[in-house]
Order: sequence, then C-alpha cells, then structure tokens
Amino acid sequence: MDAPEIYASLDKLFPGKVSDLKAEVFEPYLSVDKNAIVEICRFLQSAPGFKFEVLSDLTALDWPKEEKIQVVYHLFSYAYNHQIVLKVDLPRDNPKVATVENVWKVANWFEREVYDLFGVIFEGHSDLRRIMLPEDWVGFPLRKDYVEQEEYDGISTQRAPLVEKLLR
Amino acid sequence: MKPLINSLPETVFTTKVDELLNWGRASSQWYMLFGLACCAIELMQTGGPRADLDRFGAVPRATPRQSDLMIVAGTLTYKMAKRTKLLYDQMPDPKYVISMGSCSNCGGLFQLAYSVCKGVDKIIPVDVYVPGCPPRPEALTEGLLRIQDKMMRERWLVKPSEPVIDQSGVAE
Repeated sequence: MDAPEIYASLDKLFPGKVSDLKAEVFEPYLSVDKNAIVEICRFLQSAPGFKFEVLSDLTALDWPKEEKIQVVYHLFSYAYNHQIVLKVDLPRDNPKVATVENVWKVANWFEREVYDLFGVIFEGHSDLRRIMLPEDWVGFPLRKDYVEQEEYDGISTQRAPLVEKLLR
Repeated sequence: MKPLINSLPETVFTTKVDELLNWGRASSQWYMLFGLACCAIELMQTGGPRADLDRFGAVPRATPRQSDLMIVAGTLTYKMAKRTKLLYDQMPDPKYVISMGSCSNCGGLFQLAYSVCKGVDKIIPVDVYVPGCPPRPEALTEGLLRIQDKMMRERWLVKPSEPVIDQSGVAE
C-alpha cells in the first residue's frame, strides 16, 4: 500500500485528524493531530492491510521561528513492505503528547531520548527520565536556544580559544 | 683484609637505592584498561604483538587498584569524567596519566559538543600528552617511554632541599 492510499484510508476513518500528505519524497510523510496520535498509531499497528509492526524511529525537530517542536514517527511494515512517517506538531513552550509506549514497546527508550534532548513530555510514559545525559543535567541540548552552562558538576566547560594563543 | 675493589664476580651490580626502586617501577608499569572510544583500538594495537608494550613490562590490568598508569584513550564525556575521577582516586600512589589522542587532550573533534569534556586535564593531572587522532602505536610507545624517563628521574629517599618540580615533561 503506498502513501496516498494510506492517507486516504486514514482520512476516511479519522476525518480532520490527518493532513498535509507529502507523497513525492523518499519517505512519504503526513501530519497528525496531536490528540489522535495514539488512536491512529494503534490502528496502523494492528489493522489488516496496514500492519505497521515496527516503530523504526521516533525523533523530534525544533522549529524556533514557527514556535513548534515536531515529533516524528517512522513506521514500517515487514508484512507488506511499506512505510509511512507521521509528524505531530507541538507548541514549543509546552510540548506535551501522549505516549505510544503501549502500542510499540520500543517507544519507551525513544521517548526517553526525545525527552532527554528536546524536553518533550510524553504523558502516560512509565519511566520518563533522562536516558543518556546525567540525571542532574540542566537544559535540553538539541533545542536551538540551548545555552551551555559555565560548568558541569565542578568541571569547567570553557577552554581557551586556540586562535588567540597562536596570534600572541 | 683483602680490598673490595675489582674483587666481586660479574653477577654482582652496584647501584643507588633510588635508581633501583625507579628501575623496578619503570620496568613494570601496569596500565589500566581504559578505552573510551576509537583510541582504544590503537591502544589494543599497542598492546598487541607488533608494537608489544609487554617488552617494557607494561601489561594491562582490569582494575584501578592494581594499576600504576592510566591511559585515557578516547573522547571523554562529562558523564564519564566523573567516573574517571573516581577511578583515578582508586589507583594507588604513585600514579601516572597518559592522555592519548586529541579528544582527551582538549576535546578534539568533539570539543564544541554539549556533552564532551574539554580535556582530561580539567579533572585529573596529566603527565604525558600524546597527540594524534588517533595516535599510532609508535606514538603511544613513545609516550610510555617518556613516563619511564620521568619515573627514572624521581627521588624517593633523598630529602629535597626545595620542592622538586619536574618541568621537563609538562606542557605549557
């Protein structure tokens, strides 16, 4: 099943919840309403003809000008060898979306990573804490307006600029 | 009584106690297995049969409590930096540190990343810096020989009149 067909069936079953299909790219994507993401994911995962058993990636993008953070879901089906990408737009000042952990178990770690680096809150997540950075880290580093702290836990994060040393 | 001069058999050597101690320590530097990134591959090569650190008496140990030398091989993140400090504190004195490769020297290629420590000398004292990305086994062997030189110059029994500060191997 190709992307326009998937989009058409989703649009029929969930009217007004999906929009902006972009089909002529290598990985076709469409936008999903943030309140319907779990519903749609569960449908895509289990419905005959779709069977997206795999969440191959879950990541995010920061768009400071548009004031939004976009969470991206990469879905793949081994049964039918088709794929689709879902995108959810969240407000940048309060990014919250329901977890899809109950649909694909692998989403647990993916969502922790997105929380770690972007600060997106996944509501209903069973264990939402930082996965790679230390627990006491300040800020979310992959946000465009991230400012590095002067020091981390007594270790200075500054270093002398090399060019000045060479010019002297 | 017969004079001692030119009387001993050839199997007897005379030396100073300091030099004997230093010679013993310099010839058995046990280094800690501490590979953090791709430099660890070169560290393994250096320990392997071609470069063969064993011929200098340097053998890898899996625990800091049996190690004399820490070779920091690879990119040091802040999360790892705290563990590095802990491991260094667990090593018995006297202890030495080789900073291997650009990453542990100054952060290297990743120094602008949010999670990378800008050099291992921000947290522990470093004796020898080995440049390279990664350094070849010959370079690391040279670093080990410099540590040996440094060990051989140390004075353990003689009380120095003023604090001896070894500046020869210290970077600016």
